[in-house]
Amino acid sequence: MPTPPHLPAACPLPIQQYPQVLLAHGGGGRLMHELLGKIFFQAFDNPALNVQHDAAVLACPSPRLAFTTDSYTVRPLFFPGGDIGSLAVHGTVNDLAMSGARPLYLSAGFILEEGLPMDTLWRVVSSMRDAARACGVAIVTGDTKVVDKGKGDGVFVNTAGIGAVEHSGTIAPPSVRPGDGILVNGDVGRHGMAIMAVREGLEFQSAIQSDSAPVHDLVLALLRAGIDIHCLRDLTRGGLASALNEIAEGAGCRLQIDEPRVPVRDDVRAACEILGLDPLHSACEGRFAAFVAEADTDRALALMRAHRSGEGAARIGHVAGAGEPIVLMKSAIGASRILDMPSGEQLPRIC
Amino acid sequence: MRYLDEFRDGQAARSLAAEIGRVTTRPWNLMEVCGGQTHAIVKFGIDELLPKAITLIHGPGCPVCVTPLEIIDKAIEIAARPEVIFCSFGDMLRVPGSTTDLLSVKAGGGDVRMVYSPLDAVKLAEQNPARQVVFFGVGFETTAPATAMAVFQAASKGLGNFSLLVSHVRVPPALEAILSSPDCRVQGFLAAGHVCAVMGFWEYVPIAQQYHVPIVVTGFEPTDILQGILRCVQQLESGRAEVDNQYARAVCREGNRPAQDLLRRVFRVVPRKWRGVGEIPNSGLGLAGEYAAFDAERRFGLADHHVEEPAECLSGLVLQGRIKPHECPAFGTRCTPEHPLGATMVSSEGACAAYYRYRRHP
Repeated sequence: MPTPPHLPAACPLPIQQYPQVLLAHGGGGRLMHELLGKIFFQAFDNPALNVQHDAAVLACPSPRLAFTTDSYTVRPLFFPGGDIGSLAVHGTVNDLAMSGARPLYLSAGFILEEGLPMDTLWRVVSSMRDAARACGVAIVTGDTKVVDKGKGDGVFVNTAGIGAVEHSGTIAPPSVRPGDGILVNGDVGRHGMAIMAVREGLEFQSAIQSDSAPVHDLVLALLRAGIDIHCLRDLTRGGLASALNEIAEGAGCRLQIDEPRVPVRDDVRAACEILGLDPLHSACEGRFAAFVAEADTDRALALMRAHRSGEGAARIGHVAGAGEPIVLMKSAIGASRILDMPSGEQLPRIC
Repeated sequence: MRYLDEFRDGQAARSLAAEIGRVTTRPWNLMEVCGGQTHAIVKFGIDELLPKAITLIHGPGCPVCVTPLEIIDKAIEIAARPEVIFCSFGDMLRVPGSTTDLLSVKAGGGDVRMVYSPLDAVKLAEQNPARQVVFFGVGFETTAPATAMAVFQAASKGLGNFSLLVSHVRVPPALEAILSSPDCRVQGFLAAGHVCAVMGFWEYVPIAQQYHVPIVVTGFEPTDILQGILRCVQQLESGRAEVDNQYARAVCREGNRPAQDLLRRVFRVVPRKWRGVGEIPNSGLGLAGEYAAFDAERRFGLADHHVEEPAECLSGLVLQGRIKPHECPAFGTRCTPEHPLGATMVSSEGACAAYYRYRRHP
């Protein structure tokens, strides 16, 4: 991983004057230019961005591109294992990786709430810069708006991403075939429970760390090794259960999952037990499910486990056959049930 | 977590199921009282391990499900008031009232907050002296002591801006109502382990004797439930009707005496309407005279509200164990977790939700 060059820890704006974001910082005048120059250009510094034109002009290294966008809202902005800045980079980088693309460029749109401490903004932006450096992507264009106090939750971030598709296959649900092995690259449900624990002030013995991390390097390593990957899906909102149901639907296939093989850390499982939640419905931010040709499954699992982003990888099931899209799961005591998509937000139970 | 894994061990579960098969000589209908047990049964597929002669009937022990429509409507009316901070456990928020639910009240600008403990609502009342803080006290004897403690603390602190919308219910009168019904099919009960952790099981001894029905206090993990079933079937096969305690790691005969004392101090036993079932005498807890000033229905003038239940929802029959969820014509069609007709389809402990989530397809 490349080491990012030194950045000042303190916010470089003259914060004696403007310790907080003002509406004027989004007004297009001198204050906005100062904000852009001292925070965003300084942090994201790269040739395409530094032209400071309306659009970035980019070199295109591949005839096929992957293009994606995602918006990020999280409370609190900083949580064990990450923050909204690193999340906004990892999330979009991972979306690109799910098509087997090599992530190249990101845009960054910020909606700032009036009164946001400038120091907080600087921490978020610095974290984005570090995450982008670590992922080998450049943040080449962006936008900032300021909304009235009370109309936002501190800061909202949108990132769009472009990646180069250098393989020749189609990594998408329609490529899934009966017999495919289903792998995950590590324990599931951790990000969702990390956020819920801090948001709701739940005190567990140790803080659950979010799993927020980029996974593109692992995906590219699998492709380089010639693994016949049929589909990839990152396990974000709705967790593993939603991802598997979406793919069953998109592929028109029945999936068979073996519950005891799904890796869940003890602290996450304990927190879920206490709250009456299901770790398979809880979000991840550095995990994906891979649908791999049956013959390549063992090799893919070994490659994953040898990579730093897949040490906890496991084979959790297989594609049972074409037909009614449904995810079936064999429980710890050997009985079979449906693994359903969660209905809405997960709500802790009464008792 | 290894502790929990032992109670989910496949080998142990299969040998208990085999033992149940060995002792069962004829058909028996058992009711698991608690919705948490129903979910474990359906989620882990415990019923699939049982001999065909054993039928599990799902009981009324889901606090969200039995909360009557009119209380939900009152909650919605109170929560929509601008001066109110309305505090509720998470799984009450999606339960449909006559026209809307609490999540929609929140979306419309109502200050509805999810709390994990009634004491959090007392804290909010202290922090917001200019607002009225209302806690929605729902649940069986399991959650009632924490609600009682909240009222007790609010009273000691002289918090005039705290009140309670109370819909607490008691298990024993519900069991008696089921057993007194002329078409009762239940021959043995798995009593709710966590209710008994608070109340003990002395209250169940006269019921077992009067109705000649075995009652086994049972936990919530697969091997707990299988062991509860085994002990219940052993009693039935030998003609006994006693109260037995499978969940001895959490439950003793006397229960939690300080919690029971607090319940007696803050609450009094009242008749309570159960959603889809109707009024059951002595089945509810209302605020005792000394604490009547904390009654939100009185404070907001809603005591005389009455609402009819919709006819299409058969949750009352489900809650009494008279039909299985998928036998309802609306199940999975006009009634889904996204568009529920009744609370049994939304609550995390509701039988309809369990069947929809885990058993929708044959």
